[in-house]
Amino acid sequence: MVSVVHRDQTRSAVAANTLVMKAESIGLNFHYGDFQALKSINMPLYEKKVTALIGPSGCGKSTYLRCFNRMHDLYPGNRYQGEIKLYPDDTNILHPAVDPIEVRMRISMVFQKPNPFPKSIYENVAYGLRVRGVKKRSVLDEKVEEALRSAALWDEVKHRLPDLATSLSGGQQQRMCIARALATDPEVLLFDEPTSALDPIATGSIEELISQLKARVTILIVTHNMQQAARVSDFTAYMYIGELLEFGLTDEIFVQPKNKRTEDYITGRMG
Amino acid sequence: MSQEHISSQFDNELEEIRSRLLHMGGLVEEQLGNALAGYGNADGRLLGQVLVNENEVNSLEIELDVRCTHIIARRQPAASDLRMVFAIVKATTDLERIGDESAKIARVAQQIHTRGQMLPGAFSGLRVASSIAREMLRDALNAYARLDPEAARSLVARDQQMDEEFRRVLREMLTFMFEDPRTISTALDVIWIAKSLERVGDHAKNIAEYVIFVVEGTDVRHRRKPESAGTPAPGER
Repeated sequence: MVSVVHRDQTRSAVAANTLVMKAESIGLNFHYGDFQALKSINMPLYEKKVTALIGPSGCGKSTYLRCFNRMHDLYPGNRYQGEIKLYPDDTNILHPAVDPIEVRMRISMVFQKPNPFPKSIYENVAYGLRVRGVKKRSVLDEKVEEALRSAALWDEVKHRLPDLATSLSGGQQQRMCIARALATDPEVLLFDEPTSALDPIATGSIEELISQLKARVTILIVTHNMQQAARVSDFTAYMYIGELLEFGLTDEIFVQPKNKRTEDYITGRMG
Repeated sequence: MSQEHISSQFDNELEEIRSRLLHMGGLVEEQLGNALAGYGNADGRLLGQVLVNENEVNSLEIELDVRCTHIIARRQPAASDLRMVFAIVKATTDLERIGDESAKIARVAQQIHTRGQMLPGAFSGLRVASSIAREMLRDALNAYARLDPEAARSLVARDQQMDEEFRRVLREMLTFMFEDPRTISTALDVIWIAKSLERVGDHAKNIAEYVIFVVEGTDVRHRRKPESAGTPAPGER
């Protein structure tokens, strides 16, 4: 069922050491109670690249994303089968013996609607570090500034760090949430429709930020906006009713998809 | 067009295709110059070089088309960005054609020199046409590089001059052929070269028209100029 599209070009890139696998789902199935939301997904996640998940509503893209930081653990009746291996240490993050809190230290998430905590900007960004036990003020100051710089927000908020995060605009709040996610130096950053709630200019800034962030962190982004996937990602995965139908270089998927159903979705011929 | 996009990546991609087009333009200018120099100096080596370099021109056409396709797929360019990408796709074709014409000139020049029969004044007869063609190409590329619609407009008018020069060469060659049938092969070859130069002028004019389209959004193609109303274009009565 899966068009294994990318193997030739990316295999040679892997061989040439220009592409490194950061994570990989192997035979991943997922059930919400009796309902099977993911069907045997085998998908790579390449290091320091942006991979986009696209597909119609209900295709399983957010479900897939949330496996990566064990979000599904929070609700009873959810069941993972198969593996998600994180490299280079080969850890299966879905294994019951692996602590989900540890997973979330390595794999952070940014959500659709900016969700600042009812705290100051500083305390929002420092939160993950404090949870980890970092107490020293100078260390926190440095990490908070670095995270806010990486999120292209530092210049706008450096004089108002004690202000409530909720006083920021929508686009700024989202960038603060990105800073918060970056503060713990994650290896992978998950974005779940990060700009759906933002205006076009704020969206453009976040997309530009994502292009810059991939130099330091691997990114997996779910978006229902195909054009965003085209603009922002290096690799694209097209999902449909819980299955991975096509995976490949974004350049190839948007110019010459191999699967007719991918083409139908991308050209808007799908009813 | 002077302000940067929010996406620096998009800026880089647009800049890349703009500069690749100029690179292709430079290569094609060199091809034309070498073909004409090879003809004038009976330089077989230079003519051979032009034929070899044709491949590079063709590769550039393919490369630019691929890049432009990707930009359209990934960036959904709008307004002036869209006109720019569109113009580059079209200009790429015109430049490739100029490359073809240069190769044709080189091949015909090789034939003339192999035959060993240069007509008296045949090269000087083409000097004006050569110079107009080379200037039009150079000016079209400069107008494109600077996105200067005024420079582009003056080029569009010069195409008329090229057409007149072609007709003059045609008449001159006809005279040779009437006076001495032994000159027919070479005279025909010279006409082919003159025709190629006229085509180069047409393609340069096209490029100038795209520059106007990019900057002003106006499509000035296929319009009759008021001053040429009295002179029929080639092929018209």
